Amino acid sequence: MPDQASTISSEVDLLYAFLVGMTLFFVGLIFLMVAIFAIRYRRRSSDEIPRPNFGSLRLEIVWSVIPLLISVGIFIWSASVFFDIQRVPANAMQVYGVGKQWMWKFQHPEGNREINELHVPAGRPVKITLTSEDVIHSFFVPAFRIKQDALPGRYTTTWFQATKPGTYHLFCAEYCGTQHSGMRGSVVVMEPAQYEAWLSGDASGGSMAARGEKLFNQLGCVTCHLPDGSGRCPSLVNVYGKSVKLITGEELVANDEYIRESVLHPNAKIVDAYQPIMPTYQGQVSEEGVLQLIAYIKSISSQVTEGTAAPGTTTPGTALPGATTPGAGTGTGTGTGPTPPGGAGSTNQSTPGGASAPNGINRSGQ
Amino acid sequence: MSTGTLRTEDHLVEPGHLNYINNGYGLKSWLLTIDHKRIALLYLISITTFFFLGGFFALLIRLELLTPAGDLMEADMYNRMFTMHGMVMIFFFLIPSIPAVFGNFLIPMMIGARDLAFPRINLLSWYIFIAGALFTMAAVVLGGVDTGWTFYTPFSSTYSNSNVALAAVGVFITGFSSILTGLNFIVTIHKMRAPGMTWFRMPLFVWAHYATSLIMVLGTPVLAISIVLVALERLFRIGIFDPALGGDPLLFQHLFWYYSHPAVYIMILPAMGVISELVTCFSRKRIFGYTFVAFSSLAIAVYGFLVWGHHMFVSGQSVYASLLFSALSFLVAIPSAIKVFNWTATMYKGSISYDTPMLYVFGFIGLFTIGGLTGLFLASTGLDVHVHDTYFIVAHFHYIMVGGAIMGYLGAIHFWWPKITGRLYPEGWSKFATLVIFVGFNLTFFPQFLVGYLGMPRRYHAYPDEFQVYNVMSTAGASILGFGYLIPMIYLVWSLKYGAVAGPNPWGAAGLEWKTPSPPPTENFPVTPIVTEEAYSYSKQEAEVVGQ
Amino acid sequence: MSDSEHVLQHHFDDLKQQHEASTLGMWAFLITEVLFFGGLFAGYAQYRIRYPGAYAAASHHLDITLGAINTAVLIASSLTMALAVRGAQTGRRKATAGLLMSTVALGLVFLGIKAVEYSHKFHEHLVPGPSFSFDGPRESQLFFSFYFAMTGMHALHMIIGVVLVTIIAWFAWRGRYSPEYFSPVEVTGLYWHFVDIVWIFLFPMLYLIGRH
Repeated sequence: MPDQASTISSEVDLLYAFLVGMTLFFVGLIFLMVAIFAIRYRRRSSDEIPRPNFGSLRLEIVWSVIPLLISVGIFIWSASVFFDIQRVPANAMQVYGVGKQWMWKFQHPEGNREINELHVPAGRPVKITLTSEDVIHSFFVPAFRIKQDALPGRYTTTWFQATKPGTYHLFCAEYCGTQHSGMRGSVVVMEPAQYEAWLSGDASGGSMAARGEKLFNQLGCVTCHLPDGSGRCPSLVNVYGKSVKLITGEELVANDEYIRESVLHPNAKIVDAYQPIMPTYQGQVSEEGVLQLIAYIKSISSQVTEGTAAPGTTTPGTALPGATTPGAGTGTGTGTGPTPPGGAGSTNQSTPGGASAPNGINRSGQ
Repeated sequence: MSTGTLRTEDHLVEPGHLNYINNGYGLKSWLLTIDHKRIALLYLISITTFFFLGGFFALLIRLELLTPAGDLMEADMYNRMFTMHGMVMIFFFLIPSIPAVFGNFLIPMMIGARDLAFPRINLLSWYIFIAGALFTMAAVVLGGVDTGWTFYTPFSSTYSNSNVALAAVGVFITGFSSILTGLNFIVTIHKMRAPGMTWFRMPLFVWAHYATSLIMVLGTPVLAISIVLVALERLFRIGIFDPALGGDPLLFQHLFWYYSHPAVYIMILPAMGVISELVTCFSRKRIFGYTFVAFSSLAIAVYGFLVWGHHMFVSGQSVYASLLFSALSFLVAIPSAIKVFNWTATMYKGSISYDTPMLYVFGFIGLFTIGGLTGLFLASTGLDVHVHDTYFIVAHFHYIMVGGAIMGYLGAIHFWWPKITGRLYPEGWSKFATLVIFVGFNLTFFPQFLVGYLGMPRRYHAYPDEFQVYNVMSTAGASILGFGYLIPMIYLVWSLKYGAVAGPNPWGAAGLEWKTPSPPPTENFPVTPIVTEEAYSYSKQEAEVVGQ
Repeated sequence: MSDSEHVLQHHFDDLKQQHEASTLGMWAFLITEVLFFGGLFAGYAQYRIRYPGAYAAASHHLDITLGAINTAVLIASSLTMALAVRGAQTGRRKATAGLLMSTVALGLVFLGIKAVEYSHKFHEHLVPGPSFSFDGPRESQLFFSFYFAMTGMHALHMIIGVVLVTIIAWFAWRGRYSPEYFSPVEVTGLYWHFVDIVWIFLFPMLYLIGRH
C-alpha cells in the first residue's frame, strides 16, 4: 500500500480492500470447486460414461443475480468515491500546473513558480488546474490516489487535501514520448506555517496577477481593452465570473476556458455589439502566460478572490492584495515567446526534461 | 449419394491416407489453396512467428526493467519496444490466433460443411494479413514506432519522430483481414450448416466465433478510420486532432476505443469457445446450461460495444459519461461470470481426465477469473483513477490475454493437434510445459498488480528504486514463461515426424470433426452428415450419424 | 444460355444456397462499410456541433450546383443499375450489359465532376494542410478536412464500383448470367446502391449547411 497522504486515500484503499477480499473469495470458491470436482470425479476407468446433466434455470438465475447485485453495490460505492474525487470543495486554494515534454511547471497565485516540485500545505484543499503545452500528460500522485490528464488546448482540474507532511512521488501517467519516465517529481506537503514561510520566501516576479498585468501591458491588450469601456473592445474589469452575451445571442459565464480561448482564438466567440478585430496571441504567450493573464483578469473582478472560489462562480470576497501594482519582478521575459525554463528564486529541481516542440509544428518523420 | 450408417470404425484408416495435407504438393498448392484447413495452417505458421517476435520485444522490456535505471537501452528504444510488443501481439497474434487458425480449420467441420462460404476470400484474408504485417514490419525495421499500440493523439499525429504513418497503414490493412474472416464466418454459420444442425445443436465453439465475428465486422472498420485519420493528420497536417486548429485529441480516443474495447472480446471469446469444447470432452458431460453459455457470448459481444469510455475516466470526459460507462462495464462482467459458473458446473459428477488440454482448462478458469474480477476494480471509477495507466492495468490485461486467451489457444493446440496433424505429442512433456507456463505466468504478472497499486506507472523505462523487487520477480517469471513457451514448439514439431499416429478420435470427443480421419480429407465429409444429436452428447456411447 | 452446373461452387449444395450466401455476404460487408463511414460521420458531427458557424461558412464555399448535379447523376445510375439487375433476372443479355455500362458511364460522370470540384478547391487554397488559407473562422479547416476525407473515401468506393460494374458488364455481355444465376449482378447492385446512399447523406451534410 502506498502512503495514505490525502483525505481520499483511505476511502480508495477501503474500496480496494473490499474488492481484493471479494476477488479472493470468488477465486477461492471457484478454485475449490474445480479442485474438488477434479479430484472427486476423476476418471477411474477409460470407458466410464457419467450421467448427463440437465442444467438448472434456478441456478443460472442465482448466479446471475448475485453477481449483478454485488456489481450494483460496488458501482454505487465507487461512484460515491468518484464524486468525492471530482467535487472540488468551494474553499480550495488554487495552483496551476502546465505539463510539457518532459517537465511539470507549477505556479502559485502568489507568484511562486516551481519545476517538477509542488509545495502545498497540509490540511487545506488544493485545487490544481492543469493544461499541456504539447501532448497529453497526466498528473498522478499515488499517495493521494488522484490522477488527472492534462490536455493541450483545454483546462482540466482535480483536487486533493494532503493530510500529512512529507514528500510524495509525482508521476506523469500518460505516455508522452522519449522522457515520459523522466517526467517525475514530488509533491512536498508542509505544515501550514512552514508553507506560508516558504511562499513568502520567493519574492521575485510578483504574484501571478501581477505578472499577468505586466503581460497585459506588454502585449498591448490595454490599448484596446480600456478599463472604462471606451476602447474598441470590451472592458475587462468585473468580467470574470459574470455572464457574457455573444453576438450569436448565446450567453455564457466568463471562466478560465473562455478567457484562454479569447486570447488564443479570439474570433471563436465575439461579445455582443463588438467587432471581430482582436488578433490572436497564439505563439506569443505561453500557457503559463495565459494563466497569469487569467489571474490578472480575475483580480480586477471585484467579487472573486484567488483561491477561494472555483472559476466561473461568483462569491463575495476581497480583491487580491497587490494585484494592480506593476510587477516588481526581475523582468525575466515572462511568457513572451517560448517558455523560459524555471522561475527565479523558488526551490527548483534541475529539469530532466528535454526539447519541446511548440504547438502545432510537425517534426520530421512520416 | 449412398445411404447407410457410418460408424466411427469405418474411419480408422492407415496413416498415409489421402488427406488435406498430402492432397497436392508444392508451394503453389499451398499458397494458392482454397482449402480452409490449409489456410488455417498458413495462419498458424505466420502467427507463431509473430508470437515469438512479440515475445522477443517483451523479453527486452523485462530485461530493461530488472534495474530501476534506464541502463539497458535508450529511452527512445525502450518506447519502441513496448509499442511494438503491443502492436505485434495484439494485431498479429491475439486477434487472428484462435479464429484464423482454429475457426478456419474447425467451423466448417463442426457444422458439417465442406468449406467456408467464401474460400477465396478466406485466402485473400491471409494475404491481406501478410501485406499488413509487411508494412508494419517495415515500420519496425526502419526504426520502429514509439507511440504505444494506442496511437494517442496529438503525440502520434504531430509530435512522434517515428514511423507512425507506415505502422498505421500496416494495421489498417491487417484490419481488413479480420473483417473478411468475420464476414466469412457469419455467412458460413448462417447458410452452410448440415441438415439437422440447428442453431442450438451447434458446438459452443461456433457460437463463440459467431459472436466474435459480429465484433470483427462492426468494430474493426472504426479502427480503420481512426488510423486513417491519424495517418492523414501526420502526412498532411490537417488538424483534426490538433487543438491549435480547433481539433480535439479526445476524438481519437473515442474512435480508437470504440473498436479497441470490443477488440479485447475478439481476443477472449474464441478462447471461451475452446474451453467449452475442452471442458465437456474431458468431463465427458454435456455442457451445463448450453443456452446460457451460447447467449452469454452474444451478450458480451453486444455489451462490449457500450463500454469504451472506461478507458477514459481521467481523460477529461464528463463525470456523467464516466459513470454511465462504469455502470455498463459492471454489466459486461456478468455474462463472463455465467460462463465460468457453467463450466465449473459441467465438471460436477463428470468423468474428469487430466490430459493436457484439461490442464489448460484449469489454468484458464483460474487465471481468467482473477483477470476478470480485477476488471471490476477498473470499472470502479473511484478506484480506477488511482490505478489507471499503472502496472495494475498491465497485470489485468495480461491475466486475461495471456492467462486467458493464450491458455485457451494452447489448449486448442493440444486438443486438436491430433486432428490437424494426425499425430500425438508426448503427454509427459506437454504436462510439464503447462506447469512451467502456469508458474512462469503468475510469477511474471502477479507482482505487477502489487507494484501498480503502489503507483508504478506503465510505459516507464526507469522507475523509483522501491519498485525494483517486484520488477525482478516479474522478469524472473518472464524468463520461466518464455522457456515454457519454447517447450511445446519443440515437442510439437518433433511429433510431426516421430509422434504416435492418432486415430480419428483419440480423446473420445463428441463433435462432427472427430468423425473424420486424422488428418481429415480435403472435402471433410465424403457424404454430408445429417445431424440428429445435440452437441456434447457424451451420455451415449457413440453418436449415430446417418449418411445422406 | 449459361450452364448453371458450371457456376455452382464445390462447397455449396445448390445454387439457391450459393445465392443466399453471396447476398448475405454482401449485406454483411455493407454493414462494415456503414461502420467505416460512421466513424467519419461521428467525427464530422462532433465538430459540427461545436463549431456551427465555421461549418456553415465553409459549406458555402462548396459548389452546390455541381453537388446537386452529381446527386442526380448518382440517383440515375442507381436506376440503371436496378434495371440491369432486372435484366439479368429476366435473361436479357444485351439490355443487361448496356444498362451496366450506362451505370459505369454515369459513375464516371460523377467522378469527373468531383475531380473538377477538387481542382477548384485546390486552386482556392481550401485543401487542409500547410497551404490552407480561408477567410473566416480557423475551425473551417476542420470542415474541409472532413469534406475531403468523406468525399475522398466515397470517391474511392465509386472507383472500385466502376471497376466492378465494368467487369460484371463484360461477363454479362458474354452471356454468363441467366435467370438461374445472376447473383453477381445482384450483389454488385447492392454495393452500388450503398455507395449511392452514402452520397445521399453526404450531399446535405456537406453542401447544404445553413442554406435556405
